[in-house]
Amino acid sequence: MSTDSATKQVPVSEGVFTWPSDEPRLLGSKCTDCANVMFPTQSGCPKCSGQSTETIELGRTGTLWTWTVQGYPPKAPPYAGNADPKTFEAFGVGYVELPGEVKVETRLTVNDPAQIKIGMEMELTLVPLYTNDEGEEVVTFAFAPIN
Amino acid sequence: MTTDDVAIVGIGMHPFGRHEGVSGMDMGVAAVRTACADAGVQWDDIQFAFGGSASAGSPDTMVSKLGLTGLQFINVINGCATGGSALFSAYNSIKSGMFDIGMAVGFDKHDRGAFRVNTRASGLSDWYGESGMALTTQFFGMKINRYMHEYGITDDSLARVSEKAFRNGSKNEMAWRRKPLSMDEVKESAMLSYPLTQYMFCSPGEGGVALILARGDQAHKYTDTPIFLKAAVVRSRRFGSFEVMAPHIALEHNAGPTVDASAAAFEMAGMGPEDMDLAQLQDTESGAEIMHMAENGFCEHGEQEHMLAMGHTEIDGKFPVNTDGGCLANGEPIGASGLRQVYENVLQLRGDAGERQVPNDPKTAYTHVYGAPGISGVTILAK
Repeated sequence: MSTDSATKQVPVSEGVFTWPSDEPRLLGSKCTDCANVMFPTQSGCPKCSGQSTETIELGRTGTLWTWTVQGYPPKAPPYAGNADPKTFEAFGVGYVELPGEVKVETRLTVNDPAQIKIGMEMELTLVPLYTNDEGEEVVTFAFAPIN
Repeated sequence: MTTDDVAIVGIGMHPFGRHEGVSGMDMGVAAVRTACADAGVQWDDIQFAFGGSASAGSPDTMVSKLGLTGLQFINVINGCATGGSALFSAYNSIKSGMFDIGMAVGFDKHDRGAFRVNTRASGLSDWYGESGMALTTQFFGMKINRYMHEYGITDDSLARVSEKAFRNGSKNEMAWRRKPLSMDEVKESAMLSYPLTQYMFCSPGEGGVALILARGDQAHKYTDTPIFLKAAVVRSRRFGSFEVMAPHIALEHNAGPTVDASAAAFEMAGMGPEDMDLAQLQDTESGAEIMHMAENGFCEHGEQEHMLAMGHTEIDGKFPVNTDGGCLANGEPIGASGLRQVYENVLQLRGDAGERQVPNDPKTAYTHVYGAPGISGVTILAK
């Protein structure tokens, strides 16, 4: 991720990814009974109905399982990014399969269908979402192709 | 008890589309009045009602216009399966022996554009919507993209489904979008959620449908053409399925609620996919109709490409699908959408579908709804 030292960055929400961190990781849950992995963190396991989970840091890299491109501005709210039809920029969305863990839904740093292929290798990064009332840059997570 | 326990004896519909100055509730009231007239009953003959609406008010308040008769009226909210759930509840209320005649009604009136998702009400955190992922359209784009990759479905099939929908809609006076569109027009419309374009998606809309159900052994009191409800099933998702609004999916795969609901409905009816003469399948977008053909058991995965090219799912084809234009031509007022499918099947089985009547006197018909948060409803009708 690029860091502008003049602008303070804050996460879109606490507890979604490790922060602050030079190499952030998504935070998930692992069932202490059946080892099922979930994202984001949650109590209760949808696989075995177990009631005990522990927070884990998920892998940073994986393969793209499927994808689309958000071609029109999402309704705001709930969307907090740029929803102005005049300046809206399409963004990719997909599921990245983290080996041995889970598939996570995520924004992609690429939006050109010609650049995106099922099965491509990807890694976690952060992208700017909007500037809040305090002038801070709010960031959320995304996956970027590994070149 | 036999599977002829419950019959649909009256149907009513308010046209789908956009109706300035008409509330969703009033569309529901209009549908109820039409259904009562169709069954030849008065409102005070109706012993119970299940009503569904996602965005247009509490259905039970419609009694202030229909008449305060004291009937049991229960509101149903169950995502995109709201109409199917109202019908399932009405079915069981008669099948249990508790009542002789009652009603399932659904109506809605949504804002223009894609559904605005309330992330918290969906059990999701605010960051999910703030980050731009709380859009049902993304799910449909991602599901069909993966499906095309796995099973060799092409853009031509996506466009063919829309072309068929608008052609069928042009023959349906109740439909919203009645102008036929060519495959090229469908493909060249705005790309909303790759690989799906504007005319491959249905839109949230407005409308109302009411169905009157009665004990099968009393059905002939109301109609010469009772249509029997052989099965009504609603299923939620199981671990490992790929559903709308899911921040994660498990690595292991499960086929999903449509496959489960379909299998349970066929078992309940004592029939199989080969026994069905036509079907209305959830077509939130054109890819959904394609995937749901296989998930409901009407073909193998990947066979749809050939079936569509050969016209098998046209009104005069081997297995007509979405004869009224489906969600694509009718729009999706959530509370009414599943009931709209059943309304169409009743018309088809009665032989009253006019210009879009399926030929050769169909005897059986199937409906399927799917929606957030991973729920499917199926009915099987027979005469």
